[in-house]
Amino acid sequence: MEFSAPVLNYTLLSPMLIVLGGAIIGVLVEAFMSKALRPITQLSVTLGSLVLALVQVWKIRNEQSTTAAMGSVVMDGPAVLMQASILIISLISVLLIADTEHFTALAAALPGSEEERHALQTGNQVTEVYPLTLFAVAGMMLFPISSDLITLFVALEVLSLPLYLMAGLSRRRRLASQESALKYFLLGAFSSAFFLFGAAFLYGYSASITFTGIRDAVVGGGGNDVFLLIGIAFLSVGLLFKVGAVPFHAWSPDVYQGAPTPVTAFMAAATKVAAFGAMLRIYYTAFANAQWSWTPMLTIIAIITMVFGSLVAIAQRDVKRMLAYSSIAHAGFLLTGVIALNKAGLEASLFYLFAYGVTTVGAFAIVTLVRDSAGEVTDLNRWKGLGKRSPWVATAFAGFLLSFAGIPLTSGFIGKFSIFSAAYESGARSVVIAGVLSSAIAAFFYIRVIVLMFFTDPVEDGTSVEIPSSLTSITVIFSLIITIALGVFPAPVLNFISNLATFIR
Amino acid sequence: MLLPIIGSVAVGFIPKTKEVLTKQVALATTVVVAVATIAMAVNFQRDNVDLQFVEKYSWIPTFGINFAVGIDGLALVLILMSTILAPIVVLAGWNEAHGGRWSVKTFYILILVLETMMIGVFAATDVFLFYVIFEAMLIPVYFLIGGYGTGERSAAAVKFLIYSLFGGLLMLASIIALYVLSGAQGGHTFDLQALSQLEMSSTTQNFLFLGFFIAFAIKAPLWPLHTWLPDAAASATPGTSVLLLGVLDKVGTFGMIRYCLTLFPEASKTFTPLIMVLAVISIVYGAILAIGQRDLKRLIAFTSISHFGFITMGIFAMTSQGHSGATLYMFNHGFSTAALFIVGGWMIARRGSSTIADFGGLQRVTPVMAWSFFLAGMSSLALPGLSSFVSEFLVLVGTFTRYPVHAVIATFGIVLAALYILIPVQKALHGPTTPGNEGLSDLNLREKVAIAPVIAIIIALGFYPAPLLNVINPASAHVIAQMGFTDPAPTNGDK
Repeated sequence: MEFSAPVLNYTLLSPMLIVLGGAIIGVLVEAFMSKALRPITQLSVTLGSLVLALVQVWKIRNEQSTTAAMGSVVMDGPAVLMQASILIISLISVLLIADTEHFTALAAALPGSEEERHALQTGNQVTEVYPLTLFAVAGMMLFPISSDLITLFVALEVLSLPLYLMAGLSRRRRLASQESALKYFLLGAFSSAFFLFGAAFLYGYSASITFTGIRDAVVGGGGNDVFLLIGIAFLSVGLLFKVGAVPFHAWSPDVYQGAPTPVTAFMAAATKVAAFGAMLRIYYTAFANAQWSWTPMLTIIAIITMVFGSLVAIAQRDVKRMLAYSSIAHAGFLLTGVIALNKAGLEASLFYLFAYGVTTVGAFAIVTLVRDSAGEVTDLNRWKGLGKRSPWVATAFAGFLLSFAGIPLTSGFIGKFSIFSAAYESGARSVVIAGVLSSAIAAFFYIRVIVLMFFTDPVEDGTSVEIPSSLTSITVIFSLIITIALGVFPAPVLNFISNLATFIR
Repeated sequence: MLLPIIGSVAVGFIPKTKEVLTKQVALATTVVVAVATIAMAVNFQRDNVDLQFVEKYSWIPTFGINFAVGIDGLALVLILMSTILAPIVVLAGWNEAHGGRWSVKTFYILILVLETMMIGVFAATDVFLFYVIFEAMLIPVYFLIGGYGTGERSAAAVKFLIYSLFGGLLMLASIIALYVLSGAQGGHTFDLQALSQLEMSSTTQNFLFLGFFIAFAIKAPLWPLHTWLPDAAASATPGTSVLLLGVLDKVGTFGMIRYCLTLFPEASKTFTPLIMVLAVISIVYGAILAIGQRDLKRLIAFTSISHFGFITMGIFAMTSQGHSGATLYMFNHGFSTAALFIVGGWMIARRGSSTIADFGGLQRVTPVMAWSFFLAGMSSLALPGLSSFVSEFLVLVGTFTRYPVHAVIATFGIVLAALYILIPVQKALHGPTTPGNEGLSDLNLREKVAIAPVIAIIIALGFYPAPLLNVINPASAHVIAQMGFTDPAPTNGDK
């Protein structure tokens, strides 16, 4: 038997390799650098590798290849767009992560133990969150470009494992944080198992693990449709878990609440891009011709997700939980883009993902700013009168909320409009109607927060707004500019997406 | 035409601290805009039914969206009304902003932004652009009510916003459907004229019509979708109420003509009987509830519901007289309501109470104010010789030729109007001066300057409405012709 050396196209893989390289350097820095220099070095390494990767993505934006890594990844227009979105969102999230105030000094120590106190007092803050972030980013970048089931699974694990850890790193309320990490991990493990199970059935159906092979089997027919159905169903469970669609959403409110807020921001925004990126690729390429088998299922899930997320969000009293349910509702909106299964749907989803991701990071950035002496204040009742005490912070938050609600002249509106019109065009009218109605419900709770901030008098309980550090300000200002710019002048970005958004097979 | 729009926004952001300067700049801007609009109206070619002053820029080419504006007779009249009202509101409510949550500067920025959008919403000829402005307008109004109003202001603001957003989203669904349909029939577009050529099955048309109509009926407000209005009007400052009832609600009736009738002629005919009934209910219901009000601002709000019933009836009577009457009615209602709210606002500010029973004998203490209120009230009940009479008459005549029963019932609205206006007039202005009113001061020079043009317009148009009707009539006839209606021949009652 002859072995041939694998042929890799390093140029096309370079963005991911840069991020992975940065992560490994980060591990070394963590191990060998003195603690005084560690934070600043870590931050520079992380930001540096993300920026370098972004530049590299820009350079290869017109390349198209299915053979970059022996046929297991595809580099095409959507891949470039998704990787670029993930990198930009990660960049602004890392600026939030740079505020070590949110992270436990020593994650390995038991909550409340002597070691923990000691580490905090001596300023022996560990900074392993940076390499973890980079590993997760690399996984996310691989996830939407994988073109076979094994690579897809590896990417899923590479992106998930660091996230499980990062969710448990909170400095305040560490027990809640660790509980959320455990919950996330256990449920995530289950969903991975489902995913693998589905992959096995798809292999059984098509005798192939590549998307092309599955597609050919679907087109050719003759396989056992039961295997195909079971395969699609179980694979979808794994993916829907990651995007937080009902009924696989149970982890997200707890994890959003328990995790350190910068991590929540990163997780909520970037994971969504990656997971939806992968979903779009699978459904648009491998399963496109088996549309009959999954559209009804996804339609129902999308409707339930939108309505449930919007309704339950109304009852939330905690800003992070509210944003969690709002992200569930948005997962439903995004699913309509998958259901659309046309080029307009792909473009709309890519636009929506980017716009939503940036807005989400901005919104969570604001959450990190509202604090009292014991850390962040996430109880909405104590956000009362924020508009009076810190008008700019409140105005920025209102801007993000209006974008979530899809008010015109914000990016959220353009996203919603394009994704709904794509879905309508494909004939999925029930989803569009459900989407519009749940947008109306959702608008209610976003606006309630605005009322709270602007139209109620502040409570005197020591809640204060932190003067934003320059890094956090950059995140907030950048997100706000993008949110409004994409709402008022979306044409350049839409054109850019439209030129690139075609999957190659 | 875009010049004043840009100017008003730009100027609004310059002043920082000086409150008086802010007000002066705001006033100057609105006056300049008003003068520019009047100049535009003079240059308007009356007999040309096509859009004029058209400007078009590509906005989001991916979706075929243009920043396209242009005006016809209908839009011109409403823009004229908005821009004339704006400086009056600024001048009349010189001290309104001081009781607010935020600075005086913010108030005037919001007012100017709102004025920009008011012009834009009437001028838009791209459905998407219209929708964007239609929704975006809610935000400044929301903050104007919630930030500067009185009483349950935040609750009223939220109620207003939720109602409007709900209607807006229904309209969005219809707009998406139109967009997709246009894509299937020769290219995505939002151009109003291109969209009106679309071919649709009658079911589709009915559903899309409802999407638009409910949004407009909430805005207008038509019974039973009116419940947000009294709260919002009672909580807002008088100036905001003028803009809200006088201009913003006109977007609803304007939209019915511009979008419902033009885009969905068939569905409009299908729903006409239902809408006519709703309009008549609005007329009578608004009038009866107005009689029962003790609060001056709520009373004016309910009278408006009655008036909007008349406007809607005129629109859906599908006669050119009805249409002309409705359009003129929109214009006149803007001014008579403005007069009521402005003078009422002064009375309330002086007395420190908005309960009608607290007033009494104002005629003796403050004659000028009392006369102004009296005239405004008379205009509201359509006294012959004042502007509203002409329009109300046209609407009734226009309706009668096709729907005699509706017109007859609506006539009772006029009788009721006499009650709801004369009762407060009698209570507040005449009779013995009630305790607490002796020291009230009459209107000062600024207030006289502010109210004078409103009263002048009310009286002038009452005697000589021809200039406006000359602009309105061709536009109305055009819409009716597009709908495929001809005016029924006059009959001698034997029909």
